[in-house]
Amino acid sequence: MLWLGGVYLGSLLGLVWQSFYTFDDFAGKVRHDLGFDTWERLWSNETNRIIVGRTVLMALAVTIACAMLAYPLAYFMARYATRRVKAVLLFLAIMPLWSNYLVRVYSWKLIMAKEGALPWSLDKVGLGKGLEWALDLPYIGGQGLTFSLLGQFIVFTYVWLPYMVLPVHAALERVPRSFVEAAGDLGARPATVFRSVIWPLALPGVVAGSIFTFSLTLGDYIVPTIIGNSKPVIGAQVYVYQGVAGNLPLAAAFTFVPIAIMAVYLTIAKRLGAFEAL
Amino acid sequence: MAEGGYKIDAPDQTERAPRRWGLKAAVLGVLLFLNVPVLIVFLYAFTTDDQAFTFPPPGLTGKWFEIAWDNQDVRDAVWLSFKVGIVATVAALVLGSLAAAAVARTRFFGRETISLLLVLPLALPGIVTGIALRSSINVLGIDFTFWTIVAGHATFCIVVVYNNVLARLRRTSGSIIEASMDLGATGWQTFRYVLLPNIGTALLAGGMLAFALSFDEVIVTRFTAGGSQRTAPLWIFDSIVNRPRNRPVTNVVAMAVVVVMMIPIFVAQRLTSDASLLGSPPTDDDDD
Repeated sequence: MLWLGGVYLGSLLGLVWQSFYTFDDFAGKVRHDLGFDTWERLWSNETNRIIVGRTVLMALAVTIACAMLAYPLAYFMARYATRRVKAVLLFLAIMPLWSNYLVRVYSWKLIMAKEGALPWSLDKVGLGKGLEWALDLPYIGGQGLTFSLLGQFIVFTYVWLPYMVLPVHAALERVPRSFVEAAGDLGARPATVFRSVIWPLALPGVVAGSIFTFSLTLGDYIVPTIIGNSKPVIGAQVYVYQGVAGNLPLAAAFTFVPIAIMAVYLTIAKRLGAFEAL
Repeated sequence: MAEGGYKIDAPDQTERAPRRWGLKAAVLGVLLFLNVPVLIVFLYAFTTDDQAFTFPPPGLTGKWFEIAWDNQDVRDAVWLSFKVGIVATVAALVLGSLAAAAVARTRFFGRETISLLLVLPLALPGIVTGIALRSSINVLGIDFTFWTIVAGHATFCIVVVYNNVLARLRRTSGSIIEASMDLGATGWQTFRYVLLPNIGTALLAGGMLAFALSFDEVIVTRFTAGGSQRTAPLWIFDSIVNRPRNRPVTNVVAMAVVVVMMIPIFVAQRLTSDASLLGSPPTDDDDD
């Protein structure tokens, strides 16, 4: 029972404590005097701010993409599918969660390789030029999909999508069909029905799903290590600080950036009623 | 909801056809997006091409399976994963169900806090858990061994067991336990003959999911494993990042890991409708 209380919470508190230690650059060792030096160094460092910004942007983009992809699937399951079809669809939607996460990331390395399946199929349907164009874009493009932020974005979206489908589906299932019909009977066009009836009722589900997609993207360092240009994200940077550089205090302080962001995010989510939708 | 249950599930015939086709295409697209990649890995485990990722594969062969099987590194990694998974699962079963029982049965000070605390390892990014554990292991001066991996895994395995058991306990009525006690059963008898049959499948399902999760985990493991220790996922990660020469064998191990993970989860899913990695039981109030 108290495993978590002891081991987990203890470790977290230890981590806070560590972040107040100072790292001595010259000796390359951790000095055990408390202070805000490390925190100051974290914020004053331009690179670190850029890393945080990039990671947050990526998390936001992934979350939005997941919501847009999850919605039609969830909507179909909740409204049109018969029970049998729905069971099959749900199974197919959760299926990826049951496969090894690392393998799923790795699969995209195979697919997005220059001679891999994705460029091959794009060429077949005559979109090869489109891919080249996308890779030529500044910032998100790169040598190949495997080495671009665009590729990283696709993989993140793929990996976390199921976490969005489930809560959105649960929320949409609770939208009474009669509301939608009533809105239609009262003369609302489909777009209006969506905006003023379905969307507000589905929002808690979307927010609940976004907690997962956002938090998971924020802390992940596996995907950026395997796919993407070598620009670091929060997770990778933390790993570098604690591993190669041995600067545990800075790594610890850095870890609190995603935690702080998530705390803010969760507070907003709670306001929007996401916890009832989980 | 009850009397109209049938109608609600029936497809809406009045909807105009063209829009439904668009929706169906979108659904199909999303499902393909979700499921094709893993199948591609399976396909590549048979490819004859060991230099690049040519698609479609120039030819098919089964020889990589043999090579992977004979590889001592691979064997060690998979075996370590098995051991860690089993020990972590057992620990999680005991601790997780005790925690669930405490939260479900009693109201005590800080109950809400504890139920929040128990979800944290899943809600916070894995890297936070990983580095927190690593730093405290460092501070305590413990060596990174098999047991530190187990401790890391048990932390999130507990959550899965806890969620499954708690969902079941909320649905079993507390009065059956009181009835059993009133009829003169000892505490052990009540547990063995009344409580266990009721939560047994939830325990098993939670355990299966916990094992699968442990078999899958790489982020926390990377922080808590000792230098020479590699679980199967760590081996794969290492091969992808540091040893691209090893491609065909990597493909085979990747496929094997997916298959091994599927089995316990299938069983868990069969056993109970509560089984869910997210801990949110599917809405099954309208069953039958």
